Amino acid sequence: MFDFFFIIEKLILISAVLGITLFIAAYSTLAERKLAAFFQDRIGPDRAGPFGLLQPLADGLKFLFKEAIIPAKADRFLFVLGPSLSMLAACMACAVIPWGPDLMLFGRTVALQITDLSVGLLYLFGLVSFGVYGVMIGGWASNNKYSLLSTIRASSQMISYELAMGLSLIALVLTTGTLSIREIVLGQPGWHWNILAQPLGFMIFIVCAFAETNRVPFDLPECETELVGGYHTEYSGMQLGFYLFAEYINMFISSAVMTCLYFGGFQMPFIASLGLPQNVVALFGVVFFFVKILMFLFLFIWIRWTLPRFRYDQLMRLGWTGLIPLAIINLLATAVFQLCN
Amino acid sequence: MTVILNLGPTHPATHGVFQNIIEIDGETILNADSTIGYIHRAFEKLAEHRPYYQITPITDRLNYCSSPINNIGWHLTVEKLLGVKTPKRVDYMRVIIMELARISDHLICNSILGVDTGAFSGFLYLFQHREKIYEIYEEICGARLTTNIGRIGGFERDFNDVAHRKTLEFLDEFSVALAEFESLLNRNRIFMDRTIGAGPISAERALNYGFTGPNLRAAGVDYDVRVTTPYSSYEDFQFEIPIGTQGDTYDRYMVRNCEMWQSLSIIRQAIEKMPEGPFHADVPEFYLPPKQDVYQYMEALIYHFKVVMGEIPVPVGEVYQAVEGGNGELGFYLVSDGGRSPFRLHFRRPSFIAYQAYPEMITGGLLSDAIVTLSSLNVIAGELDA
Repeated sequence: MFDFFFIIEKLILISAVLGITLFIAAYSTLAERKLAAFFQDRIGPDRAGPFGLLQPLADGLKFLFKEAIIPAKADRFLFVLGPSLSMLAACMACAVIPWGPDLMLFGRTVALQITDLSVGLLYLFGLVSFGVYGVMIGGWASNNKYSLLSTIRASSQMISYELAMGLSLIALVLTTGTLSIREIVLGQPGWHWNILAQPLGFMIFIVCAFAETNRVPFDLPECETELVGGYHTEYSGMQLGFYLFAEYINMFISSAVMTCLYFGGFQMPFIASLGLPQNVVALFGVVFFFVKILMFLFLFIWIRWTLPRFRYDQLMRLGWTGLIPLAIINLLATAVFQLCN
Repeated sequence: MTVILNLGPTHPATHGVFQNIIEIDGETILNADSTIGYIHRAFEKLAEHRPYYQITPITDRLNYCSSPINNIGWHLTVEKLLGVKTPKRVDYMRVIIMELARISDHLICNSILGVDTGAFSGFLYLFQHREKIYEIYEEICGARLTTNIGRIGGFERDFNDVAHRKTLEFLDEFSVALAEFESLLNRNRIFMDRTIGAGPISAERALNYGFTGPNLRAAGVDYDVRVTTPYSSYEDFQFEIPIGTQGDTYDRYMVRNCEMWQSLSIIRQAIEKMPEGPFHADVPEFYLPPKQDVYQYMEALIYHFKVVMGEIPVPVGEVYQAVEGGNGELGFYLVSDGGRSPFRLHFRRPSFIAYQAYPEMITGGLLSDAIVTLSSLNVIAGELDA
């Protein structure tokens, strides 16, 4: 039956989630610059608005008003398609994240999740693989050797680290028994976070998450000292903005995913024992979820401004001879443990 | 299939204008070819048309990261030609300034190496102390980057109190910053993986090319001009010459780091032992008399005129004077025919020599190695092309 309220509810939820994602991604650019300034004894951007709070807005405006140059020898269609795909893949990932416990509004149970896919993990994983096409197509279409080198690095890096990431996730699925992210979160009440059951799996996952989001120490595809600008060397204007923005959205989403999978998502310890109304519990849950996400974002930024980056062959060696065997051992150990139980 | 990649002349990692045409297979470099001359300014020819004291500003533009060493090296060359003996105080003042310049040169090289491997924060920790060094220069000579410091025969004025205070402050603050920088990078696993074995050169090859300075010492040869042919009273100071074993990027980095510690120690010794006395030698034909005397005494007026116009007879002869520059033996070969300007002046520029080995050093390595090798060789475009 056609449920009018259901459509309205989902439309509101989709716009809210997309809005919040873009907002946090925009402000993590500011956070990145402010924190980098803090690590480096500088002040950071403080001209636009009080404490530079309008800086993301100013950056966005600048990107919009810059001319979007398309090189003469580039493939025009693919050149525009690249950043669009990156942005699309980044934005689509927020659909399966459970942002909080159910709300009770006007006698309806409102789930704070756009859709609870039964194969949520696979969906996320598919999007991660899809995201690399944006980088590949854009870099290849630029018709620039530096961009091409960068796309080769990006695609091989993503494929190698997806393997280890997938293996660490299989171990997680073995313990949780479900692929739905909501059920994984609900399976970690109180302090029963999955990190306690899967510490090694989490370590592998976080390293791979850094690699998948192209952050230091795995930012080889865009390392400016070797490959000029990497895959976005030829990009300008909002197309460049899309690439840069997609990176921050990816950071945000992977922080959210790590929180959901290993740190209990919106589950807040001790909240159940307080006997609060359901809506208040839900609100606390959302806030606590975002606190955890912000801590991961801080970790991303902290590491970026501390560590050097790997060399291409070392990165590959770490992926294939370090992480994948570890992930397999972790998987086998988990399987044996599950069998014995 | 191989690809020809044009690395430079405007590439963010070639700190200056260098062009390298490299042939790569994947990321492995098969062949490399360097082009030089993008900022050639014909300094040697220019010098043949200028009076001696006006050549000092030209030397500023050689290795602009440590221009005081170039200035003082040139002054020492002219003093050698004239047979001038400088007072001890001048020597010690020069040692302080040259060691400050060496620190500023090495700190740029090492912190930029950090940037090229991706560690940006360490760069700023050190770089703000170059600012402190520039403030000291400012107190001594009024300029910061192109210093034109000192005069033939000594200095135009003594160190003032502010310069003294700032030098002492720098010694304390920089030790802390350098220790912090070293703790960030020296034993960092990723940094070590990136730099150990990157762009190596054997001691034999390095000597064949004519390497000097930190690049040669990293390969394991303990050659330092300050020790082998002491100038400016370097024999009065106790210091060690750090040497490496592999001649790779990590060794060059470590040698430079250790040298910064040695330079700090030399500056401390020089400040402690600083003798009293005049701050310039008695060379009235080359050293401007005080302005008051110019107005009062005829001799001073004549010398003032002759110095400014550069109409001073100099002895006929040839001299070679080398100083230990930031990158190695910085030599000045001066031929004088007795005229107002040199008959021929040649700069032995260590960067020029080190860069000749660059294609050989990066061949067979990866693209990333080429970048860190270039920054650890510390090839300065101004010195390369002269």
